[in-house]
Amino acid sequence: MNIGKQLKEGLVTQNPVLVQLLGMCSTLAITTTISNGIGMGVSVTIILTLSNIFISLLRKFIPEQVRIACYIVVIAGFVTMVDLLLQAFFPDIAESLGVFIPLIVVNCIILARAESFASKSKPLPAAIDGICQGLGYTMVLLVMSAIRELLGAGTFNGARVFPAEYAANMLALPVGGFLTLGCLIALMQYIQRKVKGGK
Amino acid sequence: MEWTTLFDIALGAILINNFILAQFLGICPFMGVSKKMDTAVGMGFAVIFVMGLASALCYPVNLLLNNLGLKYMQTVAFILVIAALVQFVEMFLKKAIPTLYQALGVYLPLITTNCAVLGVVLLNVQNGYNFIESVVYGITGGAGFLLAIVLFASIRERLEFADPPKAFKGFPIALVTAGLMALCFMGFQGLKIPW
Repeated sequence: MNIGKQLKEGLVTQNPVLVQLLGMCSTLAITTTISNGIGMGVSVTIILTLSNIFISLLRKFIPEQVRIACYIVVIAGFVTMVDLLLQAFFPDIAESLGVFIPLIVVNCIILARAESFASKSKPLPAAIDGICQGLGYTMVLLVMSAIRELLGAGTFNGARVFPAEYAANMLALPVGGFLTLGCLIALMQYIQRKVKGGK
Repeated sequence: MEWTTLFDIALGAILINNFILAQFLGICPFMGVSKKMDTAVGMGFAVIFVMGLASALCYPVNLLLNNLGLKYMQTVAFILVIAALVQFVEMFLKKAIPTLYQALGVYLPLITTNCAVLGVVLLNVQNGYNFIESVVYGITGGAGFLLAIVLFASIRERLEFADPPKAFKGFPIALVTAGLMALCFMGFQGLKIPW
């Protein structure tokens, strides 16, 4: 059991978005405001943790040939639950995330963790792995949505920082998503190279 | 059935609300298999095929779910239909058209986790399209995917010889390129049909 190592992997060295390059669609699409980013990040973390635990519990019963289909059914079940809960308790967030909540089913992060980690380990490490990877994903969403909301609309979590006419509206549009993520991954590669070079 | 509505849907799916560049659906295959032109074309056609079929199949499934009062099972039912469909298409192509099967290779099973396919089905339901509109939206959405991925692949082949800053090598510069393409496609936003 090595919580610190798993946390470091999830947040930095094996960050699902910046290093493993998984889950691009939702990362690009919903990071226009901070509340969206938090809503999506928390939903994915919960679903990832639950599905990791469940798949890890079932790992001895699932036949090898149909495992992907089984994983997808498990994940789809949890996604439906989270979708209904969001609609009931946070209708605003459910409204603005729209079709991207059901699309968590095909978010590659969850399937990748199920395949590469949860199907080979005990429930507890699988749960911790889910939480750590989910945190890494949430962190990237937060950074991206903060940049895009601040520069694109001039607000920070809804509070106005500078007048809207000075904001670069472009960043809130699809273009901004691609550019921000491109720069973040470039930054990550730069840091990784520096760290490696220092050793 | 009015042709103008269908034309509206088709134009919207291909240019104005392009699945990749405006709605961010199907980014993973868009980034993953756009390094070479021929694989990009193969993937594009496979996606058109599966998206059209999935739209057609999920329409009756959705009606059935609504009649049974099981609307909340939508996501689970749709993803199962898509997974089964992809498996079936794979088996059929292997038997009937082996050359096409060889050409598509590993991309066929990958389509199951392509969010554009599940996305188009969910959007069909959300927009309340009828059967023909759904199929048209599915096929033209796939055509939009093909257009974007072919354009992107041809840029990326050139990008191999470019000399970006070291930190931007590989994936980041591809993302920036995609961003610039999205900027170009925003020009289509002003496209309105005058009737």
